[in-house]
Amino acid sequence: MNKHRLKSSMLFIVAINGLTMAAPLNADIDYSAARTALIQQIEGDVRDTRAFIGKRSFDVRVMQAMAKVPRHEFVPLRYRDSAYENQPLPIGHGQTISQPYIVALMTDLMMLKPGDRALEVGTGSGYQAAIMAELGVDVYSIEIIEALGQRAARVLEEQGYSNIKTRIGDGYYGWQEHAPFDVIVVTAAADHVPPPLLRQLKPGGRMVIPVGSRFMVQQLVLVEKDKHGKVTTRQILPVRFVPLTGKHN
Amino acid sequence: MKTAAQIEMPPWISIAILSMIALAYEILLMRLFSIIQWHHFAYMIISLALLGYGASGTFVAIFQRRLLSHYSIVYLLNIVFFSLSMLLCFLFSQKIAFNAEEIIWNPYQLFRLLAIYILLACPFFFVANAIGLTFLRFRQSIPRVYGADLLGAGLGSLLIIGLLFWLHPVDALKVLSGLALLVLVLAGWEIYRRRSVKFYRLLPLIILIVVSVFNLPESWLVLEVSSYKPLAQVLNISGSKITHQRHSPLGLISVVENEQIPFRYAPGLSLNSNHTIPQQRALFVDAGGMIAVSRDTEAPANFSYLDDMPWALPYHLGHMEQVLVLGSGGGSEIQQALYHDVDYIHAVELNKDIVRLLKNELKTFSGSIYEKNNVAVYFDDARGFVAADKNNYDLIQLALLDSFGASSAGLYALSENYGYTIEALQQYLSRLKSDGYLAISRWVKLPPQDALKLFATAIDALKTSGSLHPEQQLMLIRSMQVSTLLIKNTAFTEWEIKKLKTFCEQRSFDVAYYPAMPENMANRYNRLAEPYFYDGAMALLGDEREHFMQGYKFNLQPATDDKPFFNHFFKWQVFEEIISLTGKGGVPLIEWGYLILIVTLVQALLASIVIILLPLVVQRHKSKIEQGNRKLIFNSFGYFILLGLAFLFIEIAFIQKFMLFLYHPVYAVAVVLAAFLVFAGMGSLWSKRYVESGGHLAGVARAVLAIVMLGVMYMLFLSSIFSWLMGLPMELKILLSVLLIAPIAFSMGMPFPLGLARLGELNQRLVPWVWGVNGCASVLSAVLSTLLAIQFGFVTVMLIALGLYGLSLISARLWLN
Repeated sequence: MNKHRLKSSMLFIVAINGLTMAAPLNADIDYSAARTALIQQIEGDVRDTRAFIGKRSFDVRVMQAMAKVPRHEFVPLRYRDSAYENQPLPIGHGQTISQPYIVALMTDLMMLKPGDRALEVGTGSGYQAAIMAELGVDVYSIEIIEALGQRAARVLEEQGYSNIKTRIGDGYYGWQEHAPFDVIVVTAAADHVPPPLLRQLKPGGRMVIPVGSRFMVQQLVLVEKDKHGKVTTRQILPVRFVPLTGKHN
Repeated sequence: MKTAAQIEMPPWISIAILSMIALAYEILLMRLFSIIQWHHFAYMIISLALLGYGASGTFVAIFQRRLLSHYSIVYLLNIVFFSLSMLLCFLFSQKIAFNAEEIIWNPYQLFRLLAIYILLACPFFFVANAIGLTFLRFRQSIPRVYGADLLGAGLGSLLIIGLLFWLHPVDALKVLSGLALLVLVLAGWEIYRRRSVKFYRLLPLIILIVVSVFNLPESWLVLEVSSYKPLAQVLNISGSKITHQRHSPLGLISVVENEQIPFRYAPGLSLNSNHTIPQQRALFVDAGGMIAVSRDTEAPANFSYLDDMPWALPYHLGHMEQVLVLGSGGGSEIQQALYHDVDYIHAVELNKDIVRLLKNELKTFSGSIYEKNNVAVYFDDARGFVAADKNNYDLIQLALLDSFGASSAGLYALSENYGYTIEALQQYLSRLKSDGYLAISRWVKLPPQDALKLFATAIDALKTSGSLHPEQQLMLIRSMQVSTLLIKNTAFTEWEIKKLKTFCEQRSFDVAYYPAMPENMANRYNRLAEPYFYDGAMALLGDEREHFMQGYKFNLQPATDDKPFFNHFFKWQVFEEIISLTGKGGVPLIEWGYLILIVTLVQALLASIVIILLPLVVQRHKSKIEQGNRKLIFNSFGYFILLGLAFLFIEIAFIQKFMLFLYHPVYAVAVVLAAFLVFAGMGSLWSKRYVESGGHLAGVARAVLAIVMLGVMYMLFLSSIFSWLMGLPMELKILLSVLLIAPIAFSMGMPFPLGLARLGELNQRLVPWVWGVNGCASVLSAVLSTLLAIQFGFVTVMLIALGLYGLSLISARLWLN
């Protein structure tokens, strides 16, 4: 079913359901066409935002991973129809799955190589972890909300990702037993860069973190630690993320 | 049961109390929605719900014959519906899973918003039916009914402020609902007292219902805070629990602790910080904006992390003996000052509940911060305190007051803030010792907004105070998250600049400006594509300042006391650009508060048109409008629209002006609103003599003349009067405010009932209709006046209002005689 038909179906369902949200469509829908359309849309967005991000396209491997991972599996059933719209979606507990363009941007910024060790703070839906795993990275992912973490772990297992380890806990301290990391990605907003995470970043490593608080403007920040351990940051784009809950609201 | 015709007196006591409850309910809804949603949406929802008044006008206009023939029972039934719907409609409305933010990508949320509008409009619809129908039934007593309506509303604003000091908002809702049911008994007595109907027999049943309201299951009445608000999110984390709550009209404060996963709130913390953040408790005001309270372990290094914040800079430039903290909240600026061995700290905090929490429930945890020998706390607004203060300080710290989220989303764009105007900065600077510092911290936003606007404000404040070289008296630094501006009354020395460089280098903070700063010093650690802050600061100090401001995508014009909208950064010319970036990270650049105001205006305008035109369409269909009536409709509608707009324009302009005199926002709103409505009510009662003598037009003419004369006088002299009386105690200031408002409000209470009474004589059928029209105009006016004030300042709003009153007199001449 193409995107247009998906939208039409959704409109129809909303019409008959009155004020309720769209109900799930038939489970055996083929989403690949919608996913392809989404990839094209992201590519267009990259060109439009080249002034901010300093490039005309993302790494091909990142886009391949985006084209492969079934985002609809990571969103709640009732939002499946919208899974391939380029927009964030609620996943419960006041959290969202990020807009696909932002996931692609963050993954691109990480410059991941196969065999890298990555720490993810904020598993959320598990979608970002899946994208990183597709790039051959060993992912260690921490989620603070138990219900979310368990759901993500289950989905990732069902999808067959064996190179992702998850746990429930406080991401502020990182995951010391698997440190240091080549890459750290924080998928929820914090009000400062947690010093323990900086310590667990390898010299030459990169950290991507949305800094700010909830409700609107946040800066996507790339933190770089040079070979001598000196840390600098680079602000990439204002984005909106859910906050690093439990830490600083 | 007897017919309505047998009733001799309007039920004016119940009208007054109903009106009191309705206004209290309106303000209470604002409070409730500020807690469960975001306050700008609360504003939008309530504005629209007020159209219930307009809808009622339409309803009564269409069905007036049938309604009038059963006046007594319809009046009482509407009170019953009003009472029950107040509680029930709110409870149902919070069951609707509306998420304001989702509107951007999920248009279906608009249906939910619509459902909330309709639900919340119900109580206003019912109460307006009761009042509007009474106008119609007792058209010879319109000034009296309208007077009762206004007097009641005036008391309503005081009632709700009192209730909110005393009760949790949900309990206040129960009280209002119960009170409305009791009004039913009173209304029954008023209507049936001369007849044989024994209405009091219903009293036990009503008391039973009231008791049931107070015994509803707790779970029904729990406030369902949006799961996207900070408090709701924090409570999702295992181990989080609310330990205490306090409430006042300034907000509902919830204290959250989590022993399992501690809070670590340190916005602006240096990348190089090696200090541990102590255990914290989180305070949420209205389930949003978090304030952290850190545990005092009495270990010397406990608060060392506060030395890694940008606003620690002044402590590295010299020893501070006397420090003034404006907006001391959770106490971190006090702890920072104590850490740096300050001799004496003066802390000013508006919200008493925060200090009370730290003095009681969190006393041990916070190390009795507000009770230390060298800390004095004052409950006041920053500006109000400084205006009356006679001390001189080494350092005045303006704490990072708003939460980042709310600040960056432009949620405060509509809120006047007298703390960041040119006049305010001048006042702060005047309280510094000759070599003292004024430090103001703001969240860093990109593209830069607050930091640069504040920089421009500081330049203007220094220049206005007579400085010839403001460029010598400023320093601006930034971390990744927070910027701190330092202002002095004298030039910064070489030694101070050297200290600044060391401070920033050790902490990887970027220097954005200091006197004679070379460009290569900027943008070193937290790198931006360009050194935006440095470039901006240099441009604002240079000759090309106006050109720079004009070309900048955000509004950097300094706020003044006449246009105190520091947080308004939006420029129309970039709207299209931002919209084109939707879905590409551009959405966050939208200033929500402002845009929602526009949307509210458009919606209110559309709804008003429907409400005003509907009876016209229906009645034309019934061929009941003759040619002569059309002219009357046209003229009288113009008159009532003008009055609706002008009344609120003046009222809102006065609230803003008196905020600068009374400083406390709650006092200002309560005093001005109550004084306006009560004295306007008295004016309405007074206007009865013109109705009786048939001198409607003369009454309107005298009232309008008085309004215009008084208005002009206030515009000319109010500021001088305020500065003359500023030092008086609050009680006296409140009394003087009431006396100042009384004459103009009294005059403003006359034109509406005079017009309505005359219309009742000319064509009774139009009375409920214009009652609705006036309601619509009031809603439009509330929104429009804020938009105009943002754009042109309050003096302009006042001028327009006086012009509208002048026009209303011209309009009155066309039909009132």
